[in-house]
Parts: sequence; C-alpha cells; structure tokens
Amino acid sequence: MIHSLFLINCSGDIFLEKHWKSVVSQSVCDYFFEAQEKAIDVENVPPVISTPHHYLISIYRDKIFFVSVIQTEVPPLFVIEFLHRVADTFQDYFGECSETAIKDNVVIVYELLEEMLDNGFPLATESNILKELIKPPTILRSVVNSITGSSNVGDTLPTGQLSNIPWRRAGVKYTNNEAYFDVIEEIDAIIDKSGSTVFAEIQGVIDSCIKLSGMPDLSLSFMNPRLLDDVSFHPCIRFKRWESERVLSFIPPDGNFRLISYRVSSQNLVAIPVYVKHMISFKENTSSGRFDVTIGPKQNMGKTVEGVVMTVHMPKAVLNMNLTATQGSYTFDPVTKVLTWDVGKITPQKLPNLKGMVNLQSGAPKPEENPSLNIQFKIQQLAISGLKVNRLDMYGEKYKPFKGVKYITKAGKFQVRT
Amino acid sequence: MSLPPVQKLLRQLPVGPTGWPKPPEDGGVAEEVTSPVLATEAGQPTCYSALRADELRPLADSPKACPQDPLVMVALEEHDDLKEMLDSNKDSLKLEAMKRIVAMIARGKNASDLFPAVVKNVACKNIEVKKLVYVYLVRYAEEQQDLALLSISTFQRGLKDPNQLIRASALRVLSSIRVPIIVPIMMLAIKEAASDMSPYVRKTAAHAIPKLYSLDSDQKDQLIEVIEKLLADKTTLVAGSVVMAFEEVCPERIDLIHKNYRKLCNLLIDVEEWGQVVIINMLTRYARTQFLSPNQNESLLEENTEKAFYGSEEEDGKDAKAEAAMLAKCKPYVMDPDHRLLLRNTKPLLQSRNAAVVMAVAQLYFHLAPKAEVGVIAKALVRLLRSHSEVQYVVLQNVATMSIKRRGMFEPYLKSFYIRSTDPTQIKILKLEVLTNLANETNISTILREFQTYIRSMDKDFVAATIQAIGRCATNIGKVRDTCLNGLVQLLSNRDELVVAESVVVIKKLLQMQPAQHSEIIKHMAKLTDNIQVPMARASILWLIGEYCEHVPKIAPDVLRKMAKSFTNEEDIVKLQVINLAAKLYLTNSKQSKLLTQYVLNLAKYDQNYDIRDRARFIRQLIVPTEKSGALNKYAKKLFLAQKPAPILESSFKDRDHFQLGSLSHLLNAKAVGYQELPDWPDEAPDPSVRNVEVPEWTKCTSREKRKEKVEKPFYSDSEGESGPTESADSEPESGSEENGSSSSSGSSSSGTEEDEEEEEDSGEQSEDKEEEEVEKRPKRKDKEGSHKAVLGSAGRYALGRQGGAPITPPPVQPIPSSSIISTSLVTDLEGLTLTDSSLTPTLLSPAFSAVKTYELLHRMAGEGLAVEYCFSRRPFPGDPHMVAVQIQISNNTDTEVKNLRVNEPKPLSGMRIQEFPEIEHLAPGDTASVVMGIDFCDSTQAANFQLCTHTRQFYVSIQPPVGELMAPVFMSENEFKKEQGKLMGMSEITEKLMLSEKCQSDHTIVQQLTSAANVGRVPCGASNEYRFAAKTVTSGSLVLITLERREGSTAQLTINSEKMVIGTMLVKDIIQALAQ
Repeated sequence: MIHSLFLINCSGDIFLEKHWKSVVSQSVCDYFFEAQEKAIDVENVPPVISTPHHYLISIYRDKIFFVSVIQTEVPPLFVIEFLHRVADTFQDYFGECSETAIKDNVVIVYELLEEMLDNGFPLATESNILKELIKPPTILRSVVNSITGSSNVGDTLPTGQLSNIPWRRAGVKYTNNEAYFDVIEEIDAIIDKSGSTVFAEIQGVIDSCIKLSGMPDLSLSFMNPRLLDDVSFHPCIRFKRWESERVLSFIPPDGNFRLISYRVSSQNLVAIPVYVKHMISFKENTSSGRFDVTIGPKQNMGKTVEGVVMTVHMPKAVLNMNLTATQGSYTFDPVTKVLTWDVGKITPQKLPNLKGMVNLQSGAPKPEENPSLNIQFKIQQLAISGLKVNRLDMYGEKYKPFKGVKYITKAGKFQVRT
Repeated sequence: MSLPPVQKLLRQLPVGPTGWPKPPEDGGVAEEVTSPVLATEAGQPTCYSALRADELRPLADSPKACPQDPLVMVALEEHDDLKEMLDSNKDSLKLEAMKRIVAMIARGKNASDLFPAVVKNVACKNIEVKKLVYVYLVRYAEEQQDLALLSISTFQRGLKDPNQLIRASALRVLSSIRVPIIVPIMMLAIKEAASDMSPYVRKTAAHAIPKLYSLDSDQKDQLIEVIEKLLADKTTLVAGSVVMAFEEVCPERIDLIHKNYRKLCNLLIDVEEWGQVVIINMLTRYARTQFLSPNQNESLLEENTEKAFYGSEEEDGKDAKAEAAMLAKCKPYVMDPDHRLLLRNTKPLLQSRNAAVVMAVAQLYFHLAPKAEVGVIAKALVRLLRSHSEVQYVVLQNVATMSIKRRGMFEPYLKSFYIRSTDPTQIKILKLEVLTNLANETNISTILREFQTYIRSMDKDFVAATIQAIGRCATNIGKVRDTCLNGLVQLLSNRDELVVAESVVVIKKLLQMQPAQHSEIIKHMAKLTDNIQVPMARASILWLIGEYCEHVPKIAPDVLRKMAKSFTNEEDIVKLQVINLAAKLYLTNSKQSKLLTQYVLNLAKYDQNYDIRDRARFIRQLIVPTEKSGALNKYAKKLFLAQKPAPILESSFKDRDHFQLGSLSHLLNAKAVGYQELPDWPDEAPDPSVRNVEVPEWTKCTSREKRKEKVEKPFYSDSEGESGPTESADSEPESGSEENGSSSSSGSSSSGTEEDEEEEEDSGEQSEDKEEEEVEKRPKRKDKEGSHKAVLGSAGRYALGRQGGAPITPPPVQPIPSSSIISTSLVTDLEGLTLTDSSLTPTLLSPAFSAVKTYELLHRMAGEGLAVEYCFSRRPFPGDPHMVAVQIQISNNTDTEVKNLRVNEPKPLSGMRIQEFPEIEHLAPGDTASVVMGIDFCDSTQAANFQLCTHTRQFYVSIQPPVGELMAPVFMSENEFKKEQGKLMGMSEITEKLMLSEKCQSDHTIVQQLTSAANVGRVPCGASNEYRFAAKTVTSGSLVLITLERREGSTAQLTINSEKMVIGTMLVKDIIQALAQ
C-alpha cells in the first residue's frame, strides 16, 4: 500500500525519507513541488497527485508536508487517515510535530515508522501499544540512557497487541487514580449580514484523561443522551451498549484520548452566545473607509464569554487601519491584511467596540466585497447543547477513583458575514 | 505533469539510486547536531561511499584506497570511526553508531559501504541495536545481496524461537529482505508461520505474503494455499491482514471467500480499523458478484416518478435496461440473508472515528443497499466534513458523485455544505459542486441567495466557479432561469474582468436555450467587446452575435467592423470566432458586411496559425459564390445557421460512480494501477449455499422459515436477529472478549422473557439434589410426572404465542393452595433439614416453582409431521455432571411409523460436547417419546447444533440454552455465602437496580420468578427484605451468587457475584426481566 514517505518542510527540503518496500527516488517529489507551485497556497495543494508511475498522497500538518508514495489502488482516505495518525503520534511523543522535533529524534521517528507500517500496511497505530514498544523520550530517560547505555525500545511484546483490548497496555499502576472528562463543544455558525443565523451546529467531543490502575471497565451515562445526533467512537466503546442503553461502556486506553465526538442535530435550535454589530464601508473616492464593530453577549446562560478574538481578512486594497478599541488590543498586519482584535472577556455593561478609519490604496477601486469576521470565544463550565454527564461507574477494580468532568464551549468555525 | 528534463535530472543528481555524488553544500545539518564527531564533514562520506560502493568494495578494509583527496580521507576516517564503534564489544558504542547510521538513512544518504560492519551485529544481544540493524538490513539488502545472505541464518534461528515476538519479528525482517535467492526459505517460513499457534505470528505471516509475491510472482499458487488457510483463521488479529494479502495476490479468487464470508461479517466489528477498510472494500466486490440488486424492483417505479418531478435532469441510461430486466421477471425480490447480514454488520462502523472506515461503509451502502436504506450514510459523511481538509477533499469528491445519483440523501444536510470564506479554494469548489447537485425547485431560492454571497468573495477562482454553478442551476431548473440570467447580466458590470468573462461564457450557454427573448442582453454584451479582454469571453460574445445576428441586425456589422480592426491582435479562439461572425453576417446581411468579410478573410489568409488559415480558406470557398464552387454553396446558410442544440451543463462528477466510491480511481477519475472493477449485479443469483460452512445447517426451506421467524420475534434486538444457529457455527470460540459478552447477553435476554412465562415444577427439588442424597429418588419421579404435565399444558399456548409474533403474555398466576402461604424461604430451610417426606414438598412447591418451559426444536410443518420440543429438566445428567440435561419430546404426527430416530453428526463448537440419546427404533403414528440428552455448553450460550435423523430424512436443529440453565443450584449457609461473596468483588460483581413488577410483591412470587429464570438454590438469609441464591455453573463449577435486596416502594437492588462476568451480566438481564414483568 504505502510505498514510501517523505517529510518535506515549507522551504521544500526533504528532511526525512522512509521506504517500506524498495527505494523510490526522491525525484518523485518533483511532481509534488510542481503541484505546490501551481497551488500558490499551501492549503490548496491537491491531496492526491498522479504521476506516471506513482501516486502521491499528501497531508499538510504543522508546517510539514507528509508525502506518501503509492503504487497501486488504495482508498485515499486510508492513506490520509494514516498519515494524520503518524503526525498525531509524533505530537504525542515529542509534544509537537515540528521539523526540529523530528530531526532531534530521528531514530525514534524511524523506529516508530518501522512499527507503524509493515510492507506499507498499518501494523500498530495505537499510541498505547507504540509506547510500550518504543518508549517516548523524556529528559530523565535520555540522561539515564546516555549513562547506562540502555535503550528506548521495550523488550516485550505489548500484551495489548494480542488481546482483544489492543488500545490498553497491561500492568498500569497509579498512586492517584483519576479519570477526567472534558466535554468540549464548538459552535459552527454562519451569521449573515443582518444578524440572522444561516447555519449553526454544535460539534462536540469528549476528551478524556484517564489514569487508572489495572483494567477498569467504565461506563459513562448522560442525563440526556438523546441529544447526541451523530456520534463517532473510540474503538474501545461498545457499540451495542450504546445502541441499546445509550451508555458509553468501555475499557479505556491509558492516558489522553478522544472518547467520542458528536454532533448535536441542527434541528435543535442552537443558541448563539454572542452577537456582532458591524458597520464596514469603503468610500469610492477618498480611498478610505469606516470600520465599526461591536461584540455583545447573548443567550449565554449566565456565564461569561471570554477569550474573545476576532480576526478579519481585509481586502487587498486596504493599506492600513487606524482604529481604537474600547477593550483589548488590535493588530493589523499590512502584509497579510489580517486584522486581529483580542477582546478578552465580554462584560454586558460595557460592550467592546472597535472603530476607526481604513486607509485604502490610493487610486485602487474600492473593494466591493466586505470581509467576513471570524470570531473565537470560550465559555467555561457550560456545554451549550445542554449535554450533561450523569455518572461514571467503574467495574473491575476495587479502588475509588477521582472523577472529574469539565464543560467548555468554544467557537468553532464561527463566521459573521458582512 | 512532466518536468523539464534538465530540472528532473538535477533533482536526481544528489541522491539518485545510482548514488551520484552529492554536492558538498548539502551538509546534513540534522544528524551533526546529534553527533559532534561528525560535525565538520558529514556531507562527505556519502560522496565517497557512493562512489566506492560498487567499485571499491573489495578493498573495503584498506582505508588508504584513495589518499589523494584530503576530504575523502576525512570521510573515510569517519566511517572508520563508525566501523570501529560497530566492532567494539560495548553495546552503547554500537548503539551510538547505529543511531548515526539510521540518521543517515533517514536523510536519504547512502550508507551502504558500512554493510559488512553492520550485518555482523545482526545477532547482537541488545534489542535496540538489533532493531536498528534490521532497519539497515531491510534498506540495503537489495543492493548487497551476497552479504545479506550472511544474516539469513540468524533469522532462520529466530523463526524457531519459543518467544512469539521473536518469531514474528524474524519473519518480518526475513520477508522484508528483497533478495530473490531466499524465496524458497521465505516460502517455507511463511508456510510454517501460517500454522503457528500465536495469532500474532500468523498475522505476520499474512503480511509476508504480499512481500514474497512482489518478489517472485511465480509463487502465486503456493501463496494462495497459504491465504486460503489463513482466511479460515478465526481471530480478529489475522482477518484484516489476510484479506489485505488476498487483495494483493489473488483478488480474482472470489471463491475463497465463500466459506469465510459469514465469519468475516461477524468478526468485522472487532477487527482493527485498517483491516476493516480492506475487508469492507473486498466484501463490496464480493457482494456484487453474489447477490441480486436490491433495487431492481423499485427502479422502474421510482425512476418514473422522479422523472415526472424533475424533468430531464434525472437521466439514467440504465433505465431501459433495468426496465427490460424487470419485465423479464416480475418476481418479488427477497434479499439474501447473507446480503442483509453484511449490511447490518457494517452499519455500526459508520460511527468509527476513522474516516477511512466510515467512507468504506458509505461506499458499501451506496453500492449494495436498497435505495431506502442508503440514507443512513449521509449523516456520517457530513460528520467527516469537520475533519482535516484532506479528508474533506476526498469525502466531498465522493459526496459529489453520490449526490448526483441520490440527491434526496443529502438534502437535509444542505446547509452543512455552505461555504466559509476561510475554506481552501479546492474545498470551496467541491462544496459548490455538491450544492449545485442538490439544487431543486424547492431549495433553489436558498441556494441562489447563498450563491449571491459567494459572488462577492475575494477568491476569484471561486467566484468563477460560482458563476458556472449558477449557470448549471439555471439550465436544470427552468423556473429560475430568468432570475439567474438577470443576476448574471448584472455581473457583466462587475469590475473584475474574470467575473465578467465567466458570466459571459455562462450567459452564452443560457441564451442558447431561448435566444428570442433576450436580444437586449445580446446588445448589452456586444457593448462589452470594447472593454473585455479575456479571450474566451470575447469569443463567446462574438459567437452569440453571429448566431443571433438576426435579433441584433444593426449592431452585428458594427461589431464585425471593430473586430476586423483589431483582428491581428486577437487571440486564436477570438480570431476563429471573428471569421465565424463574418461568415454568418455575409450570409444574412451581405450588403453591409461583404467587404468586411473579404477583409477579415484576407487577414486570416496570412495568419500565422494554420488553423486560422485553413478555416479562412474553407469558409471563403463555402460562402463566396464562384464558378468553381460546388453544390455546398447552396447549403451554406443551412450549414452556418442551423438550429444548434442547447448545451447541457452537467457535473463533472456524472458517471463517476462506475468506479468504486472511495477508491483512488474514483478520485482521479481514471483507472489506477491494480484497481479492481466493481462488477455489475448478476442477473441470476449464484448458489447461496456456497457460503454455508461445513455441511449446510438447514435444508433450504427450513432456513428461510427459521430466519423469518427469528426476525419477527419482537424482543430480539435487531442486530442479534440472525446470530442464531447458522452463524454461531462459525463465530469464533474465543468469546472471552467483552464485546461478545455484551452482544450475546442481549440475545439471551430474549430467551429469558420466554422462560419466565412458563413455570417450572421441579427446580425446587433440584436445588437440594447435591446435598441430600436420600432425596435423589424422589425428585426424579416427581419431575417426570410434573414435566409431562407441563409440557402438554404449555406446548399449545407456547406455539400460539410464537406464531402470532406478538409478545407472549404471561400466563395467569396459578391459584396458590393455602398450604403454600408458608414462605418459601422457610420451605427451603426446612428442606435442607428434613426433606424426607416426599408427600409434603410437592404440594408446597409445585405452585411456587413454575412449570418447565418447553422450546421448539423442530416444528411440525418443517419436520414433515415430526414435532420435537425440548426443555431443560434441571436434573444432573446421569453419567456426566458437566452436562446440562435436555429433555426431548418427540411426537409423531404423521400417519406412518417413524423409524431409527437418532442424533447424527453433532457439530459442536470447540469444547462443546454432546451426549446423544439412544436411538429410538420405532415411533408409531400419534405416539410421543421422551428422551434425555446431555450437552456440555462450556458455560456459554452458544447454540449446540446437530442433525436429527429419521430413516428417511434428516433435520438440522440447534439448541440454545438460556443462561439460567447453565448452572445447577448449590446449598450453602449464610456465612459461607458471605465469605464467597467477599472473594468475588470488583469486576466479578454486577449491581443493577430494578423495579419489581406488581405481581412480584410477595416473597414467594419473587423467589418463584427468580428460580424460574435461573436454576439456582435459595440460601437462607437473616434479613427479611433480602433474598439470596447460589448456584454453580455446570461446566466449570464457578460460583454464581445472587443477592436481591428489596428497598422501599417496589425498587430493589440485584447483585450478582460470579467470576464468569459474561454469565453474570446475562443473568442480571434475565432476572431483571423476570422480576420486572
């Protein structure tokens, strides 16, 4: 399936290559560079490129292109999903998936890639298994290793690989047994000019951090499970229990993982926690324009909206912006034409406002389009859909774990058209 | 696509496979950081070694080989340094050296000259060194085959290692070494590993198959044998890998799948996610060859109605064919149960977190499911749109194809395809495509409003695509054509030329549909020729004016005049259209345009482009009458001004669905290497019996009947409907997994409901059997009588309830004789002590304990007059205490004698044992015989399958025990109970709350209901609101302890302690069912 993998940085250096079958020359990447040139923007590089002898399937993550070489028919998503899994694993191991991190740990990277694919077919992709096979680098371990000459490679076959619970390693021990669940909901919305909602939807995930000894069998139930419209599960969750009882029953992997992601159906009305009043206009002759935006809270269920940031891609003709913010600070990058306004917390008494003049290129025609405003915000201790965890039960182990649930609502792709 | 050759060459130069020298400026910064020793000259060794690898290897040990070049000298020394480290006996030095070497490989540098030094370390004790040596070996073995052979013996030894990890990794490396000479060794190793007892090694063997195949395709036949063997493997670990091997080696050998089809379907959910993708894709192809199209009947009806609604757009070439096929055989379509099985077992995977799995299921449903069911995939696909942009890209491509065929499916999710200004352009364009495909009369207004916002976007490529989309909407939906046209005309005054140009092109296409009404627009466009520069747009305008010059008689010649003036500066396509316009004008209005036409043709005659010269010559001959000009001249007007059909604007995704969705070929819209065509549905279904495993369990008619019956049962959870006898034969025995536990529990809960309706008579006595030997004789006699009665009494009622398909209503509670008012706890207590008087107990117990519940083994109709029922008599099976006794009641309803009734060919799952009943020689018409057989179910609720034979026929039957029958009561004291319970805490304890039903309020009904649900014995208890029961599983003798605590109101808490968790969970369900009803 996957023949080779090339990691390429933004300036076009191939800084790592790995072949699972016979060696494919680096020159195959030229087709990729060509496509990259054509696309102008990194986002627009087509994920699948066909060359005379190979197919290149690539992803772009953290300023690195992962370019895989394929020779025969394979579902493209299979490769894309796998490459993302590779990037996730690097992230997990090194704390970041960057060129420097990969270069610094090139041997571990190589060992990981060796374990993850055999002859181009995925072998071990679960982080728990991989961590047993190849220990992630820590400062302590690297010091110890350099003194004792011991290695990062585990010397036993992870039991998980053979069991029916391939995602959990055996013999986990903690002094403090804890299970944390973060219910994170993101509001995706498109608000039109007049302030009415064109499209809104809640995308939620439950990220878990589970540090429990032994083989705990957890079941998590919700007060209102019917709310969840479409759910996708970590493989550890038993489908049947969910189907029949709407209870999440699972033996968790060790550590951090995403338990479920869900969507709350768009049939339910989605409460939009902020509103934006905007007045953006450009004048034809004076090569200037006015910009006036106010953000206010709305339907926030008594919680404060915080971490509000607004980013606007201004039209190319904009030269500079002279604004005053009643709250927070703003920056305008004249090169990328991006206006960022970091508002912070919204207090209903005094609504944050950003207003001032826009300088346009003299002589250039006035831009006919108004930029759309991308808003980010955060609301702590609230799941906007109203989803509530009812209880978490643990079977299979005797100790009493500490259990915690945190709710948070964020803006996802939240866009206000002007 | 192709690069300029020079550039390509240059790229190849540094590290081409031939190992050309690398320019020194490419100093490998990365690895120097980690290796200070190499810091200065790390770029160089490659250069040297590359040169030397082929030419000078024999001299490898003499570092003085080329002393002239100081740089090379240094490089040489450095590699010597590495060699020295590798030769040392310190593992840490070796490790350091190997790490540096691997870093070199990772950078794509040549390290092949170190081969001899590295390969020596293949037998190193240190596992990390070893692993890195493997990495090196796999990378370079192909280039240094002779030396690589040195390492083979190490792996051969590894293959025999007692540690499965070592066996597996030895096989893995051995098979990765691409040296043709070792093919026989690899073949042997694979064959051996395929029958290894460790599933992990077998998995590795499956992975090795395609490696060997790519090395030497002559081994195909032998490899297919191995694949066949591994396909029969029942572990989830192997399944994915072997199907992968199957797909690479012999995808055409679909016949290998038959026997494993059901197993693969059933295992699918537990296979790791990558394996799932491969299996699903393979099964899609398989199903296309084996089953009939589920849509063949509906197609006729549906297509017709759709046509009526949407007019011409819903064109389906297959229509006619489908119709013909329809008429040919109007027999109702019945979906093959195996087809259904596949659809049902893949559906939950739509909720996988892995986008590839979701896509695989989606394409399976798209290609295989009946139209009405395809809709379920839409939701999951829409969910994927939240994922990474690459995933979005692929998913949207597939959605675009699907939305052409099945528009209704995505209509509810229309808004999810709305475009954000932050989306990458390629995503925007795909979303636009989907939106356009989804447009219909009802939603067009919303879509157009949305399009209006898009037109003002800063992204001009996207705006152009939007304009085309509007054009497509306008052609497809007549109602909005004028609105769209007006909108587009407004765009003509847009400042951006690209936008205007695109609009012109689209307007041209739209106008072609109804030119008469739109001379205003044509005039407007004619004015644009002064400003607009985009060639395509200019060409379009000219064509329009020429085509409809009759509608704009005054403007047309003027436009030609202007164009003639600028002719020489125009682009080629514009020139061609100028000639065209001139010709048309000449034909319609020769008075005004004759000279102009001559002028243009003259200019064209000397154009640089031969196409234009040709065209000019051709047109001149055609339109200008000369004496030489032939017959064609007369027809010139007809030729040029013929009515031209309006263009059809259609999606580029139309007809892409002949590629399997989700495949690379579909994405590229071209056949990729190794793509397996998705076959068309067969006209006649191939024999479905090929999928039966071993011997077919059902004769054909019974199979249909039984299946239907099962599905109808309302309490079977949907997914479990068919996991009855047929599949259980091949579902794997390693059911220790949690998944299985929970799944089978839902199945057995149903049997629980059946059970508690029927009442049993003898279980009370049964509980004492173990303790009290003296009582032994009595219950035997008793239950013979009792069960006979019960069987006769309940059989009719039971059959009635079942055939009706309605939930069986519990039988009225039998009147309780006054004597039984004594609490049963007292009775059991008493029994434990004094049960010698047999006359007392039955009167006390018979009402308290329910009648034996009977199950149907063979229906009268299916058995051709032979009716067989069975019940669990709850007595120990004589001869083997580990067997559950099953009492079988055979009645002969035929009018002839049945001879030689016996059990034949039991097909027990592994570990399961069946003790057959003695053969019944004769059974006279109308007679009933009762026999007992013993079955060791191994403490699982898997069905036992066997054949029931008469002298003429044989019937495939199966017995599935309710979980409550898998145990026998034990007697223990309260203290013992507490002690045992203390040992079975934690995972072995299951607690559940329940509401007692109204009739379960009194002590004895509770005990009665509970003991009827499970074969357990009462344990005395001090507290009045608590009930305790104990039993041991029949096969393994594990304790099952049940505590029921009544709380205020009618709530109660049920606790079951058992080390058999699966049994515990299933039992909880059964008991709750019994008590809550």
